Amino acid sequence: MKLVLKMVFNFMKHLATNPGHSLCDLAVGESGILEDFDMPQNIAEHLMNLGFVPGLEILVARSGPGGNPRVYRVDGTEVALRRDLSRCIAVRPLSEAEAEAR
Amino acid sequence: MSVPLSIAGTVPNSKVLQGSPVFKTVAVVGPPNAGKTTLFNRLTGLRQKVGNFPGVTVEHHTGSFRLASGEEVALIDLPGVYSLNPKSEDEKVTVDVLNGDMPGADRPDAIILVLDSNNLNRHLVLAGRVIALGMPTLVLLNMADELHQQGGQVDVLPLARQLGTPVALVSAVTGEGLQAVANFLVAPPQFPEPLELPIFGDPRHCREWAVRMGSEASYKRGATPEWTRRLDSIFLHKLWGGVIFAVVIVAVFQAIFSLGQPASDQLQKLLDNVAVHLANVLPAGLINSLVVNGIWKGAGSVLVFLPQILLLFLVIGILEDSGYLARAAVISDKVMAKVGLNGKSFIPLLSAYGCAVPAIMATRTIENKRDRIATILIAPFMTCSARLPVYTMVIAAFIPNRPVIGPIVGTRAVAMLSLYVLGFAMAVVTAKALKSSILRSKDVAFIMELPPYRWPMWKSLGLRLMDRANAFLFRAGTVILGVSILLWALTYLPMHNGQPPEIADSAISRIGHFIEPAIRPLGFNWKIGVGLLSSFAAREVIIATMGTLHGVDPESHAMALQQALKSDLSPAGAIALLVFFAFAMQCMSTMAVVRRETNSWKWPILQFVYMTTVAYVAAFVAYRVTLLYWN
Repeated sequence: MKLVLKMVFNFMKHLATNPGHSLCDLAVGESGILEDFDMPQNIAEHLMNLGFVPGLEILVARSGPGGNPRVYRVDGTEVALRRDLSRCIAVRPLSEAEAEAR
Repeated sequence: MSVPLSIAGTVPNSKVLQGSPVFKTVAVVGPPNAGKTTLFNRLTGLRQKVGNFPGVTVEHHTGSFRLASGEEVALIDLPGVYSLNPKSEDEKVTVDVLNGDMPGADRPDAIILVLDSNNLNRHLVLAGRVIALGMPTLVLLNMADELHQQGGQVDVLPLARQLGTPVALVSAVTGEGLQAVANFLVAPPQFPEPLELPIFGDPRHCREWAVRMGSEASYKRGATPEWTRRLDSIFLHKLWGGVIFAVVIVAVFQAIFSLGQPASDQLQKLLDNVAVHLANVLPAGLINSLVVNGIWKGAGSVLVFLPQILLLFLVIGILEDSGYLARAAVISDKVMAKVGLNGKSFIPLLSAYGCAVPAIMATRTIENKRDRIATILIAPFMTCSARLPVYTMVIAAFIPNRPVIGPIVGTRAVAMLSLYVLGFAMAVVTAKALKSSILRSKDVAFIMELPPYRWPMWKSLGLRLMDRANAFLFRAGTVILGVSILLWALTYLPMHNGQPPEIADSAISRIGHFIEPAIRPLGFNWKIGVGLLSSFAAREVIIATMGTLHGVDPESHAMALQQALKSDLSPAGAIALLVFFAFAMQCMSTMAVVRRETNSWKWPILQFVYMTTVAYVAAFVAYRVTLLYWN
């Protein structure tokens, strides 16, 4: 039991000290800069057509009932994605200062 | 270089040019949700839908636009596309039509490109690709009213110079700026070739180009309407989102039954009165019987569902055009994922409660082919409106109405509800089985664009309803009419000395007795057998058939038919019949549309064999089990 708790604690600590690099790791209200897609080409192209272009800022706008899918705001539109797909999208999280500046 | 200012569309009081059109056929192209269909409706008056969510722009539609001179130009409305890579079905249709490779469609000689002026940075990427085709193109920046309301702006003339094509700022909803279309068709302005068009560059490069084009035009996007965000914070709320979703779905069905049923009853009365009148007016004999019993009763038994079907499509249309259905797909996604499907399957499955045919056409928006086929295969398990009259008749005949929960919910309502649940449960089981076997797919990408909420346009809804009504009446007028006449003829053959035979000697009775051994285990006699045979054309036909067979009018003597049914079926047989109808694939129209949409006979045949087998086995079990408890 103690071991499990320790593992959970370490995991939480890991999350806190290493901010996630995938879109899935951002919390609602947080933003990041889109970097890369790790998914089949046709799905990546569809996302890019919807405004998911590397270099653009993306915001986690809200979470649907049940926490999945979530709604993202990018390039003036809102798009819902499941977590398994958002996990395949690399982002650079915006620091608070950057987010403030925007 | 001459640039007629009127083309730019921003100059006030710009005149409409007179003259003959330069182009004969013009394709209307644009991304989904740019208001392309609204514009097409405005220009042609032909039906279309708004947005690229299920049920929308599944095929290209054509219409004609009348110029001031009275001459007409053919417009082809193409599916909404984001790019011109023919990877998805919709984009292939668009590319094929533009290249003149689409059988049955004239090769267009010009393009009207409709973009959302509130999303230019994204949509101009498509403009680059379309203009690069080298055809005369008019670029319409649509939804100008929203752009201005939200404080955005754009100068069209610099943009036109950059793109090398005329550009106009318009609103398809208000009609603002639309004279640009007529002017383009009569006197397309010439611009020098654009310096740079990104065709197959990488997306970042394309978008940078689009932003540069926008900044040339001093483009400033409007703020996202605040009320869309506010509504989403309610409709997609963690708790209330689900509650509202459930309320909406219940309300849809409630509306169909509480409003549709009385309307159907009224129509029924009207049809019966006409039948009585017809029977009186026509001379007695063969013709009288053919017209009244064969044609009128047969087609009329189907016609009475028109109010309910239209109501269902009206409600779904309102939900769709307002933008709520996209949210419903998001909310239902988590549940759909449990059976291996995704939220995009929800909308077709909801439509399937009205009719499987449009539902199957609406599956085109599901990108994953395996998911799409799985949705097509389970859609006919949803309790469509054609099953309703059969359920109603059999339940009324065999199930005594006793209160179950309070005085309102009785045994009959419970029976009806159980049949809905039964169909739904079988769909879930089938989906799960398909997705874990022949239609297994690795990663399901659920990507759903959420458009802003908008008020539905009544004209658009009305045009769509008319289209549905036409399709339904056409079915009633062909398949069902044909079956009715054939059945009537079979009850009249073989003739003896010019007299029709006794029903027991008729051709239909021989057919019925021939198949009787196959259906006896289900508790059906030969008459029910004939009814079942005829219902494979369309489910509701069984009522007309039973009416004809019993020599009574199925509608005006509903009680008589219900009494007569008791001579055909035991209560256990009646339960078996209900279960059979819940599962069996008895609809030629559905099979035809599955064949068309999957482009193979494999799926409709598999579906037919599977559903009919399930129906037979389930009906057998239901018969045997019921026999134990209820004789």
